[in-house]
Amino acid sequence: MTTTQIDDAVRQAIGAIAPEADLSTVDPDERLRDAFDIDSLDFVRLLEQLQNLTGVTVPESDYAKIATLRELTAYVEAHAT
Amino acid sequence: MPEFAMPSLGADMDEGTLLEWLVKPGDVVHRGDVVAVVDTAKAAMDVEIFQDGVIEKLIAEPGTTLPVGAPLAVIGGEGAAATPEAPAAVRVPTLAPPSGTGLLVESPLVRHRARKLGVDLADVVGTGPGGVITRADVDAHAAAAPQVKPKRRPPVAIPAQARPPVSPFARRRAAELGVDLGVVQGSGPGGAIIAVDVERAAARPTPVAAEPGAPQREPAAPVAPDMQAKARAMRKAIGQLMARSKREIPHYYLSTTIDLTVATDWLHQANLDRPLSSRLVPAVLLLKASARAIRDVPEMNGFWLDDEFVPGPGVHLGVAISLRQGGLIAPAIHHADNLTLDELMEHLRDLVSRARAGRLKQSEMDPTITVTNLGDQGVDSVHGVIYPPQVALVGFGKVAERPWADGGMLGVRTCVTATLAADHRASDGHRGGLYLAAIDSLLRKPEEL
Repeated sequence: MTTTQIDDAVRQAIGAIAPEADLSTVDPDERLRDAFDIDSLDFVRLLEQLQNLTGVTVPESDYAKIATLRELTAYVEAHAT
Repeated sequence: MPEFAMPSLGADMDEGTLLEWLVKPGDVVHRGDVVAVVDTAKAAMDVEIFQDGVIEKLIAEPGTTLPVGAPLAVIGGEGAAATPEAPAAVRVPTLAPPSGTGLLVESPLVRHRARKLGVDLADVVGTGPGGVITRADVDAHAAAAPQVKPKRRPPVAIPAQARPPVSPFARRRAAELGVDLGVVQGSGPGGAIIAVDVERAAARPTPVAAEPGAPQREPAAPVAPDMQAKARAMRKAIGQLMARSKREIPHYYLSTTIDLTVATDWLHQANLDRPLSSRLVPAVLLLKASARAIRDVPEMNGFWLDDEFVPGPGVHLGVAISLRQGGLIAPAIHHADNLTLDELMEHLRDLVSRARAGRLKQSEMDPTITVTNLGDQGVDSVHGVIYPPQVALVGFGKVAERPWADGGMLGVRTCVTATLAADHRASDGHRGGLYLAAIDSLLRKPEEL
């Protein structure tokens, strides 16, 4: 996957969980939880969306590594085939 | 002829707006079928019917706002299925329950309600699952009783903003007298409806007719409210219910910090082999423990009605769900104490997504105790406000590592602060403490949850 494709997939997944989110103005280093008002259930749903779009499955032990938009995008980039 | 009435979809609901019919006259309906969508101040909800029959006539037009208990449709009985063409006028009203069969009553709550409203249950037609009599049936029967003819009345549209305040006592009197508050003219401060207004209205021969010249009654059909109006209506509904809670319920508050290390370790282990779609979140453990602990301290589960505690018919665990557009709603997961963690997780996911999509079901609005989990927002603890007429609310803060002293040693443990807000009329702090202790002890053995 290209960086653009991954970026799109991440945006699409967040959009599905937080439809009102404006990704153009969000600080990529703000925590997703705060930026998009995402709770633990939303987070699992977000990862599910992402899995469907990119094939990347995030184990629970890696949750702490993907707290921000930048981290999440980087994680998918590193694990996508 | 049985009527299908505007249901009460929560203690804070006085009226609802019929959004759409999912059935038409002549349709055969069965218990549990979703027949309409009703919008409340909080959310649009799927409304189920609790009897078998044929839709005889749709009374209410989509877009109209009607008080709880107002007739929405006329349902023909089983016999009607064979002759859907027969005019309604020639059919014998079938108000009596099948003779010989014992009365089916859903819960002690319903019996209590009937006693309070002076309703003889033998006269009430049960529309609940299996023909059981529900609270709504009792209310509908009580509301219909003082009318000379149980004929349909013209829907009265009441703009939400124009509704005068109603004193709690007036509300109770209205329920006792079967008076529709929508047609009562208030004489209290600011046009508030007080008990004497209700009694006056009850004495009038035609309680359904709107007083001419009553300024707050505009027959204009309400238009679809915009998001802002919707948000205002929700804030108002929450405000009224919470104000009532603080006014009427003598809350007491307890809090305890629970060591969740064993539980979270167990959870991580359990999640290792699971696909994303079936992973458990810590909240599920907290919900399950809260539900199971009721077995030890049942007086936390139920309602305070007319100066006495009425136990819940099961542990219907209300889950406070914040809505993305603001506000919150607390639908119930039925018999949560009997569900496995996987089942509970599935119910929770389903409930949250439907609550946010505005598609909850009427049958889900009957929690017997509520849990609020604000841990994801990062707060340490939450001291909640009880949802009347419930008697307890459990709160959980964030799950986080804390310094923890045990046996003379200091260590780092994963902890959560659990709180209990409970109704002092129904229980004392001692019992409340036992309830929190039961939650604590259950969370130490997650494999048994």
